[in-house]
Amino acid sequence: MTQRYVYVLAALLTAIGLSAFSYKWQVLGFPVVANQEKPVWTIESAIRFDSGPGTIKAQLHVPTLTPGFRMLNENSVSRGYGFSINYGSGGREAQWTIRRADGEQTIYYRISVYEDDNVDEEDTVPPFPPRPVIDEPLATAVDVLVSDVRDRSADTASFTTELLRRLNDPSPDPNVELLLSGAEGEAGFVQIATTLLAAARIPARVVHGLPLAGRQRSAQLVSWLEVHDGDRWLYFNPATGEQNLPPRFFVWWRGSEPLATVEGGSNVRVDFAVQENHVDAAAIAETQAARQDASVVDFSLYSLPIQTQAVYSVLLMIPIGALIMVVMRNMIGIDAFGTFMPVLIALAFRETRLLWGVILFTLLVALGLSIRFLLERLRLLLVPRLSAVLIVVVMLMLVISLMSHRLGLETGLSVALFPMVIIAMTIERMSVVWEERGPTDAIRAGLGSLVIAVLAYVSMGLAWLEHLIFTFPELLLVVLAVVLLAGRYTGYRLTELKRFKALGGP
Amino acid sequence: MLGTARKLRKVGVLGLNERNSDYIMRLNPRRLYPRVDDKALTKELAIAAGMAVPDLYGIITNQGEVRRFPAIVAERNSFVVKPAQGSGGDGILVITGRSERKRDAFRLSSGVLIALDEISYHLSNIVSGQYSLSGGRDKALIEYCVQFDPVFTRVSYQGVPDIRVVVYRGYPAMAMVRLPTRASDGKANLHQGAVGAGIDMGSGVTMNGVLNNEIVDEHPDTGALVAGLEIPHWNFILESSAKAYEVTGLGYLGVDMVIDRDRGPLILEMNARPGLNIQIANGTGLRHRIARIEELFDPTALAAQRAAVARAEFAA
Repeated sequence: MTQRYVYVLAALLTAIGLSAFSYKWQVLGFPVVANQEKPVWTIESAIRFDSGPGTIKAQLHVPTLTPGFRMLNENSVSRGYGFSINYGSGGREAQWTIRRADGEQTIYYRISVYEDDNVDEEDTVPPFPPRPVIDEPLATAVDVLVSDVRDRSADTASFTTELLRRLNDPSPDPNVELLLSGAEGEAGFVQIATTLLAAARIPARVVHGLPLAGRQRSAQLVSWLEVHDGDRWLYFNPATGEQNLPPRFFVWWRGSEPLATVEGGSNVRVDFAVQENHVDAAAIAETQAARQDASVVDFSLYSLPIQTQAVYSVLLMIPIGALIMVVMRNMIGIDAFGTFMPVLIALAFRETRLLWGVILFTLLVALGLSIRFLLERLRLLLVPRLSAVLIVVVMLMLVISLMSHRLGLETGLSVALFPMVIIAMTIERMSVVWEERGPTDAIRAGLGSLVIAVLAYVSMGLAWLEHLIFTFPELLLVVLAVVLLAGRYTGYRLTELKRFKALGGP
Repeated sequence: MLGTARKLRKVGVLGLNERNSDYIMRLNPRRLYPRVDDKALTKELAIAAGMAVPDLYGIITNQGEVRRFPAIVAERNSFVVKPAQGSGGDGILVITGRSERKRDAFRLSSGVLIALDEISYHLSNIVSGQYSLSGGRDKALIEYCVQFDPVFTRVSYQGVPDIRVVVYRGYPAMAMVRLPTRASDGKANLHQGAVGAGIDMGSGVTMNGVLNNEIVDEHPDTGALVAGLEIPHWNFILESSAKAYEVTGLGYLGVDMVIDRDRGPLILEMNARPGLNIQIANGTGLRHRIARIEELFDPTALAAQRAAVARAEFAA
């Protein structure tokens, strides 16, 4: 009966722990490996303009849908301006307003993004565009070109490729030449292409963005052609007709509207600067989860002050030490002093390093034990004797520290980190066992404690495990489940196989 | 390794984990532990139930009373000092006599002399809890020193051999006799090197012994054969053990008895966590016997009936 409750409870705890773990890992993107860094790009757009005499209203298109990238944060630096972000026809628009400004003005808008392949085109399917109203003689040129291209293509993609090939032909036919005569720059060229696609009833739009690469002081916007084939958006290089996106192409805005408009200002220029940083993946996941209002993050350890985090990164490993303890004692069957003494010793080893820890611990216990046997002759009562051992342990620590400092061995100073009360208790327990059961039993249990402490130290010091537990503390529920199951383990201990060997027969 | 585990399981050997979780935790409610962990209370309950125990000469309950010790033993030449809450025979002093020349020097069972103030120091340690299971304050009992039955003279080295019976839900399940050796310093404790010998439940005759988990057939110090000894008062011992179940209420119980030359079997102490060495001494596991008792369990059976069932069922 109890057995079943334990199984159910353990299964429940494991399920909760693992599902919280996989949610944080897969959905929120917390890294399972320590020091995983992701590149984060900070793109700064600076709008510069000369202010006019009256009120000023500046508008800037800002990124809305960014396939392949996820926004970490955005902000604006603009002294004295009111700032808001609105949704316009081409996506989000940042708007700055001020009653009055003097001289040349600079407004900054900054956005940080990182790569995330899960961010897909969450766009809606556009309606078929209305046939554009075009005056003669351009209308005829459009009709001829469109029907000509349609004849030579099979679907939307091949239509677009063929159209772009014709528009880019170094020796264009007269219709193309006529159409392109009014185009200004790259954006204008792509605009003509969208008009032609609209004439063929194909939804298309201009997409403006930045290919992100390292650090760029002034990045140039690139215009690309986006065409909807009825299922999804396809990207075309307007200059070659190839269906692709530039590497790390960060979409800034879509449509034919100008990037920035300033009412009440003149001489508007927009400059882009790109900065690439490497940020810890856990921090990114943290910020991201906070943006999504995921409540798990409110309970995340990364939200604690740094010092507290340092304490918890140690404390959270204690359950691992306890697990080792359970395995060593209930499954292997190694004798040790005290229930958790080895785990506490292992904690002290973290500061002293292993070799020195073992040397200092052995030295301290051996010296303490010999002093304890001297005290035995004085016939002290139990509590005063324990206190005397404690005082002697403190003094021994002091002597070891001073001696090692004299010898220039700085590690000897770390002896002060040993839990002295635990050591005093160990010495007392060991001396009683020594007297009652003989040195063999006492030394065996002492060595057992040391072996468990070393194993606990090694497993508590695994960097990947520490990171895993710290980032996903819910995994402790799984550890708890394992300990609960171990609590109902009724099989033989490993050492019992040897002990009862005679009963097993030949 | 797995092969060994399978073999042990087949013989029905009980492991520590299984003993703790399936028997002790299920059958021995924590609140009943004081009845066996405090030997003063055990003695009281046993007397109330009409069972024979070694006479209590005095109890020292605090440091101040240690001074009363010489008065308690003034008329005695032999006695035993033991902590009320000790375990595994720790902290027990067996005084078998006094020094010829000095009245305040005592002779231990090992023959070594011990001064009065050394005993007083030992009493202080006991009272302050050095041997206590819980680590808390304790009492020191001063009681009758058992003069063991001559049947054991040839198979024990100093000390007093005792008989351990494991009682499962009131039915004696297994028994052994523990014979002190030089290595065990006269203590009847298998951990410390005493010889354990299984007892045939039907006849009360000893079988081969074990020493440090190895099977032996003679006593290491005296060389006498361990097997074939007939335990006197065997039926009484089984009935008393069975009765201990009513006294303590513990479903998984170890009863330790000694056989006094003059007074017969006496209950020395009881144990809520009896060790598993008894299986080695008997060359068989406990689990099959426990399963058989579960089959035959009759809540209305009297102690004598349960002892009879055990004699019939578990005879060799």
